[in-house]
Amino acid sequence: MATEAKAHELIVSVSPHVRGKETVGRIMWTVNLSLLPAFIMSVYYFGPLAAYVTGLCILSAVLTEHIYQVSLNKKTTIGDGSAFLTGLLLGLNLPASVPFYIPIVGSFIAIVITKLLFGGLGYNIFNPALIGRAFLLISFPRLMTIWLKPTAQFVSLDAKTTATPLGILKEGGLDQLMQVFGDKADLYMSLLVGNRAGSLGETSVIALLIGAALLLYRGYITWHIPFSFLATVGVMAWALGGDSGFFTGDPLIHLLSGGLILGAFFMATDYVTCPSIRKGQIVFGIGCGLITMLIRLKGGFPEGVMFAILLMNCFAPLIDRGVKSKMFGAIKEQKK
Amino acid sequence: MDFFKLLELVVAASLINNFVFTRFLGLCIFFGVTKKMETAVGMSITFTAVMVVSAAISWVVYEQIMIPLDLTFLKIIIFIGIVAAFVQSADTIMKKVSPSMYYKLGVYLALITTNCIIIAVPLINAGEHYSFFESMAFGLGSGLGFALALLIMASIREKLEVADVPAPFKGLPISFIIAGLIALAFTGFSGLITL
Repeated sequence: MATEAKAHELIVSVSPHVRGKETVGRIMWTVNLSLLPAFIMSVYYFGPLAAYVTGLCILSAVLTEHIYQVSLNKKTTIGDGSAFLTGLLLGLNLPASVPFYIPIVGSFIAIVITKLLFGGLGYNIFNPALIGRAFLLISFPRLMTIWLKPTAQFVSLDAKTTATPLGILKEGGLDQLMQVFGDKADLYMSLLVGNRAGSLGETSVIALLIGAALLLYRGYITWHIPFSFLATVGVMAWALGGDSGFFTGDPLIHLLSGGLILGAFFMATDYVTCPSIRKGQIVFGIGCGLITMLIRLKGGFPEGVMFAILLMNCFAPLIDRGVKSKMFGAIKEQKK
Repeated sequence: MDFFKLLELVVAASLINNFVFTRFLGLCIFFGVTKKMETAVGMSITFTAVMVVSAAISWVVYEQIMIPLDLTFLKIIIFIGIVAAFVQSADTIMKKVSPSMYYKLGVYLALITTNCIIIAVPLINAGEHYSFFESMAFGLGSGLGFALALLIMASIREKLEVADVPAPFKGLPISFIIAGLIALAFTGFSGLITL
């Protein structure tokens, strides 16, 4: 019998038999690459400080992951780029003026508490970079809300601080926002190219959209979450954001400001922490949009994207349960 | 009776001031029954029902008996007594009237008697001098908020069954970390409605 099998060269193996070229590392490094335009714009507007803060975040995130895994005799996974991505996203979510210990504390919370304690990449419940930022915002509320005025000179001698567009909108309303930026066309232009105060990577909408287009083209993210997220924010802003009654709000201001584009395309779409069923992803996006606008319009914080994504992260496993389709031909379980 | 105020109370008690994630009450049941979705669902239903009824009974006793007799200093003892008596009688009645329901939900009734939210709600109602319907709305909101917390936690813990959690953190420790992280996310709701 044995010789017969050898003659036919029968190889028995378990599935999968056909493998694609995609690996975790390839996807993660592509996402890192797609954030490069936003990073360049942040350096352009905020100077070397932006590179310093982002670099420190990346370095401490990668080092933390490496030290943890080496000291626990595990295989180090820094090569797959996920720790790099967490550090990069955290850096792009910080203001430019933070002292050196903020990136380090944030990276530790993001990598160890949010990811590695749950068993590493693929098991975390929350987006690590966002938990890192939420932790920093709660723990150092003053340091995390000092926003530098963008200068577009590479080395500026006198750094001025100012409020973010959403901060101005919350405190002084639309009129004051108009006073700062001139007319509406100027405001939209500043928001699009990123000439405004805010977290490092969230300001330049155009740069973020270039990166998002790359991800959509490669099929690494689908339209479901970003589109439902943005559409919900737009509709809510239009319906409830106006000063003079319903359906008078300006959706573009809300769509272009804050961390919405960065959040919708790069953080809400995290494979691990969003629902894995398409129908569920739409529910997830709508939920993110609703909570974002609820916090922006009524809440205590000027910006709600971060909390919205984190809150929907909590609900992701529940959403997946809810929209799970029935197995074909399955009979409903008999009640006792 | 202002309908909007009642709705606000329900939302505030369930989301913004969620008992588990902002006041850290009721943690023993929270960690106890969330290992499986089935027990979490059973507890959610039972808890919300008991919460509403006991808030109503406590209000009647407090406003109609204790305040006229000037007995408000006894409120903790009396509220515990009311809840315990109500839960025990519900237990007995359910066993006789509907054994199938008792079989499903009866286990959770005994646990509820010793829960801290169930005593916190009548005390807060008494402290804030809510009206009868406001008290019930507050009870309903607290119950729904607790149910929400249980469902979220159970779904997350079931997902973590297969995760490679480091040995010292398996089970309860990682659950505490999850609860902390969810609480961090819930701080986003702060300042939404100020009552």
